[in-house]
Amino acid sequence: MSVVGKRVARAEGSERVKGAGLFADDYKYFGMLHAAVVRSPLARGEIRKIDFKTIAKIPGVAGILTYKDIPGRNCVPIVIDDQSFLAERYVNYIGEPIAIVVAENRQTARLAAAQAKISIEELPPLLNPLEALNHPKIHLFGNDNIYKHIHIHRGDVKKAFADCDVIIENEYHTPYQEHAYIEPQSMIAIPFPDGSIEIRGSMQCPFYVRKAITTILGLPENKVRVIQCATGGGFGGKEDVPSLLACQVALPAWIFKRPVKLIYDRTEDMMVTSKRHPAYIKYKSGATKDGILRAVEAEYIIDGGAYSTLSAVVLFRGSVHAIGPYKCENVDVHSYAVATNKVPTGAFRGFGSPQILFAVESQMDQLAEKIGMDPVMFRKKNILRVGDTTVTGQKLEYSVGLEETLDKVIEKSGWTPGKSKEDGVGYGISTIYYGVGLGAGGKSMARTGARVLVHADGSVLFSVGTTEIGQGMTTVLSQIVADELGAPLDWISMMPTDTSRVPDSGPTVASRSTTMSGNALKDACIKIKSVLLEEAASMLDCSTGDIIFDEGIVTGGGKTIKLLDVIKSCFAKRLPLSAEGWYITPSTSWDDNTGQGDAYVVYAWASNLAKVKVDKETGEVNLLKIWAAHDVGKAINPALAEGQIEGGTLQGVGYALMEDMTTNADGAIRNPEFSTYIIPTASDQPEIVPIIVEHPFPGGPFGAKGFGEQPLMGVAPAIANAVYDAVKVRIKDLPITPEKVWQGLKNK
Amino acid sequence: MSSDLTPKIKFRLNGIDMEKEVPAGWTLLRYLREELGLTGTKCGCEIGECGACTVLMNGKPVNSCLVMAPQIENASIWTIEGVTPPGGTALHPVQKAFIECDAVHCGFCTPGMVMTTIGLLLQNKKPDNSQIKQALAGNLCRCTGYIQIFEAVRLAAAMISENDMRPFRENISEN
Repeated sequence: MSVVGKRVARAEGSERVKGAGLFADDYKYFGMLHAAVVRSPLARGEIRKIDFKTIAKIPGVAGILTYKDIPGRNCVPIVIDDQSFLAERYVNYIGEPIAIVVAENRQTARLAAAQAKISIEELPPLLNPLEALNHPKIHLFGNDNIYKHIHIHRGDVKKAFADCDVIIENEYHTPYQEHAYIEPQSMIAIPFPDGSIEIRGSMQCPFYVRKAITTILGLPENKVRVIQCATGGGFGGKEDVPSLLACQVALPAWIFKRPVKLIYDRTEDMMVTSKRHPAYIKYKSGATKDGILRAVEAEYIIDGGAYSTLSAVVLFRGSVHAIGPYKCENVDVHSYAVATNKVPTGAFRGFGSPQILFAVESQMDQLAEKIGMDPVMFRKKNILRVGDTTVTGQKLEYSVGLEETLDKVIEKSGWTPGKSKEDGVGYGISTIYYGVGLGAGGKSMARTGARVLVHADGSVLFSVGTTEIGQGMTTVLSQIVADELGAPLDWISMMPTDTSRVPDSGPTVASRSTTMSGNALKDACIKIKSVLLEEAASMLDCSTGDIIFDEGIVTGGGKTIKLLDVIKSCFAKRLPLSAEGWYITPSTSWDDNTGQGDAYVVYAWASNLAKVKVDKETGEVNLLKIWAAHDVGKAINPALAEGQIEGGTLQGVGYALMEDMTTNADGAIRNPEFSTYIIPTASDQPEIVPIIVEHPFPGGPFGAKGFGEQPLMGVAPAIANAVYDAVKVRIKDLPITPEKVWQGLKNK
Repeated sequence: MSSDLTPKIKFRLNGIDMEKEVPAGWTLLRYLREELGLTGTKCGCEIGECGACTVLMNGKPVNSCLVMAPQIENASIWTIEGVTPPGGTALHPVQKAFIECDAVHCGFCTPGMVMTTIGLLLQNKKPDNSQIKQALAGNLCRCTGYIQIFEAVRLAAAMISENDMRPFRENISEN
């Protein structure tokens, strides 16, 4: 009996329901200090004078550190090294770190940091990316304020538009989205007398953190050990930001030779940490009257904030997804990540694609309507299937389950286009895709290591370089290890992710953990299994090819023995039952200059169908139900896969209908609390029907491909299309608030 | 402790009578976590918006970040540590239901969710769906989409007996 494909209980479940103290803030160390960050109150300026005399006298303050105290390089390396760890002369956004205060307790550190006196000469800030792009005078990055430009070009757009029977042209806007993980950013640094330092905290990417610490402290990698604590949600928000926190604790820990803890206050967390890029999209698409998508021309501008962080790779993913999961031979997409004097934006579930997919899928419905074709039929005429070619010229050879996801949401809902419905009720569809893993954007990072150790009592311990952030990686990987070794699931456990246990395995992003760490573990397990097989063959007196391992029982040559006895026999003979596994993704053929080539090794696919009821008096959208079908390759654990669909879908509902983060005239986040930045609560929860579709990926463990981000990505356009279906109001600016719908109804 | 202490006050914590000086300026959340070492109660926002710090106070769920430590005088407080006694392996039916329904993802909101669920079931043995939604509306979860949590509450309601709830009812009427 295999455990892969089973709804087994989550590995950390019983610790979490007991509230076991495994999160960073639950740890306490002898002599530990607490840090707080002194931040810029202005969006742009030149630091004139720093006066810490007053706060230094506050009882309990142990010290205040600035860039002058950094022993290594003053830089937090992410993609490009443009972000200082602590500001030296200039500040470029409200909340930019200038100094670190450490004190005997958290409250004193925060109080002192808030009272620090810094005199800054204000410079005019650039707050609007459309003004910042190619600004003649103010240069925040290069000469044009462009972090990255991507051009995707196929065919002849001009000629193709001339041949189109219908053309739709629109501008769209999408706002910030805040991750709102319930555990705030949290980090601890512990210095050791041998000159090494340990970092423990809430994070997605321990190897990014290690690189940041080696940079600012000038240490070799073998002196920095990074261990992930239980992490209370990430969603991309704990990809690059923990590197900043780690620097903010490592520096004082290094200087004062004491452990240092830093927990961001919720308001601080929402003010200064990364968010989904606001986007400005101009989109023109055309089709022939028989329903063929002929041409797409788009300009996609994302607001990167004050430092480049991950904007270049966010833009890559957005650009590759810029026409949606459709065939189209004539495409011209220009996309830009632009510098502004606001909080740096970064990774968030979907990574640059939800914004443009909102435009893509809104356009598809408008084209269909103008042709006079139903939106499902129009999509069916254009969606990608096996053998088709993507916008980047990539031929799809396998694992393309999009059409089945579309059929499944229609079938399960009982809805068909044109079916009669109640007044004010509407249905909307979206079809989307997601390039799994880092793809061509990841370059040398697209590798993972793993280590598997079988003990003499049969218990198995494995280590990987990717992290558990609530998505269920530990459970899924444990299932993979159990099946690969033929051992019972309760023999298997995972070490907390630790940079000292496995080689640099890249980040936990891009829905890559199941496939990447799964394949690396498989590699390690195969090595161990070959030793076990040889030993079992000699014990059973048969050939290795006749042996079957199954949940702790070994059968062969008509006999049955216990796997534990085989393991004991290996130990008695001093045979090695530990191995390291390694996996690299097949190389992609992407060419950054032409915007063509294989962008990702495999794609996940999804269809969403939303049913809404719009109140015509108030404009309020009541989301009644949403059907979400996802092609995941193979669900290693269907319960966890459904959990990902439900949770991601609700984040998409928030993005579509309520999450409205904006900045004020000074460039500060206007609503940095849960009382003003509204995320879906239990009482907002609509009915969600998760549907799993499985078109196996030959390169994935047991056919699995990653899809954790995808559930969020297509929700907003499905709801926007449903609102239009209900009341003929087209919202092009997220979120779809009652005010906007009401205005639309009034303007009709 | 670096705060002025109150004179000794009496309270009951996880079923055990206590008599202690408590820091006057501290929240209950800080007192639980930093002084008593009960880190199961999580701190998500410190301003009563997320529900991660929910504990039972006289049988009712409260945000412990909004209760000042001295306010627990003569009250009965239950935290997640009291639901499964230290070192104990036997989970409470509410906890079992959360595991069974995969209602635990990252787990940071979970202790608060469990306490709110116990609080709900103390008042209402068979809550309907809208009562469940309303009871949990003050506990934010960003991972699950809540569906599995609602299932867990329904399963817990079906599994619990009065014996499972009795400890949380003790002393409530006296206060």
